[in-house]
Amino acid sequence: MLKSGGHIDRSTQVITVRNVSKSFGDLHVLRGVDLHLFKGENLVVLGRSGTGKSVLIKLISGLLKPDSGTIEVLGEHVDELDEKALQQLRLKIGFSFQNSALYDSMTVRENLEFPLVRNKRHLSRAEINHEVEDVLDAVGLLHTINQMPSELSGGQRKRIGIARTLILRPEIMMYDEPTAGLDPITCIEINGLINEVQEKYKTSSIIITHDLACAKSVGDRIVMLLDGRFERQGNFDEIFDTDDERVKPFYDYNFIT
Amino acid sequence: MINKIQRTLIELANIHRFVMRFFREVFMPPYEFKEIIRQCYEVGWKSLPLISLTGFITGIVFTNQSRPSLAEFGATSWLPALISIAIIRALAPLVTALIASGKVGSQIGAELGSMKVTEQIDAMEVSGTNPFKFLVVSRVLATTISIPVLSCYTAAVGLLGAFLSVNAAENTSFRVYFDQVFEAVTFLDVFSLVLKAVVFGFTIGIVGCYQGYHSSKGTEGVGRAANWAVVMSMFLIFIEEILIVQIIQAMRA
Repeated sequence: MLKSGGHIDRSTQVITVRNVSKSFGDLHVLRGVDLHLFKGENLVVLGRSGTGKSVLIKLISGLLKPDSGTIEVLGEHVDELDEKALQQLRLKIGFSFQNSALYDSMTVRENLEFPLVRNKRHLSRAEINHEVEDVLDAVGLLHTINQMPSELSGGQRKRIGIARTLILRPEIMMYDEPTAGLDPITCIEINGLINEVQEKYKTSSIIITHDLACAKSVGDRIVMLLDGRFERQGNFDEIFDTDDERVKPFYDYNFIT
Repeated sequence: MINKIQRTLIELANIHRFVMRFFREVFMPPYEFKEIIRQCYEVGWKSLPLISLTGFITGIVFTNQSRPSLAEFGATSWLPALISIAIIRALAPLVTALIASGKVGSQIGAELGSMKVTEQIDAMEVSGTNPFKFLVVSRVLATTISIPVLSCYTAAVGLLGAFLSVNAAENTSFRVYFDQVFEAVTFLDVFSLVLKAVVFGFTIGIVGCYQGYHSSKGTEGVGRAANWAVVMSMFLIFIEEILIVQIIQAMRA
């Protein structure tokens, strides 16, 4: 089912990427990419593995620097910020990693407390506990609070990873392959969670995936990265209404084979 | 060949940047006191059993090996003085540093390497935490503080081991033995022990962190980070030993 997109504020762009290029040695990953994300929108970035989708969100988060072009997040130019200002901006950006990236020497509680105690030092112990429990409850995993990451399933790790980013109440969420390596039922649950997060926390999100079921379920708008550029954009039906041989196999593999 | 030289120069520049960043960030708040104490516990306390055993055996073996040479001149009564100088000036800091670079250096390299390849360091960075301060500064400070303490402890345990050997062979009493030990040791000897241990501790921490922090993707990279952390720190410890001995000798003259 396609999403309605009625909650999107199309007059406000929270992310604007202009003519961004990025290479690693001789490998040109992004070649003059333009992208914008509206406030309240879930934008899905589709593309083959190794085409630079994850590089794009790492550039937006300031984890990587672009070779050329500009990136504006919430009105600030990411590539011009000093370390301190970038750290402040990152508090407004939640990043859910492909492999969850939970701190494996800490319990679930400690994983969630980690960003909170460092960035909201005024909070009391009771307030920290309340925040942790509240956000764990939101992802339906309150019962795992004292478990180690190694004791969790892949889907649970993803959920905890999302909870850890939500605890700082970000305005923007980045999901890197949220359904990769998960069974279909868990994928549906994660897709549901992404939509719930958008609704409950009023976030604007970029979702990197090559899972079309996920794209269809969570995306208000979809852009497709082909040969280092965004060559197609629109809703799910518009994206795949084409004879382009670079696009068709995506649909065929997910919905026909 | 030119590529190799270029890669080496780039690596040296990266190391220089890494070390400079440590000195810049170590004085800047916020300070991660809790993490530094936890790392001191990991580095210092958890190394105690291994250090105790090694220090004790070193004391006994060195005494047993030195005795025949002194016995040839009928000078076995000089054993406590010889042992104390050897242990405090050279053996204690060196043995402690070599054991620590194997145990602690590899642990730091593997831990940070694995955090790097599983994107845990990136996760820290995007959640508004400075991973360099939390992971690197705390570990380097912990090794720089713990290795001198461990070296003093190794010296004490080594001297105790040596006493057992001296007592068994020469029937020297505890009091006479330690009187001779402290008579032979000067302030400069203790200073050289502490100076060496501080430099060795810093080296073990910074090399382990650098290797782990810059490990490439995959499990092979983690293994390489742990391995290079040990190899590089041991190599540097011997170079530093030579340099510090020269400096201390110059001060002694």
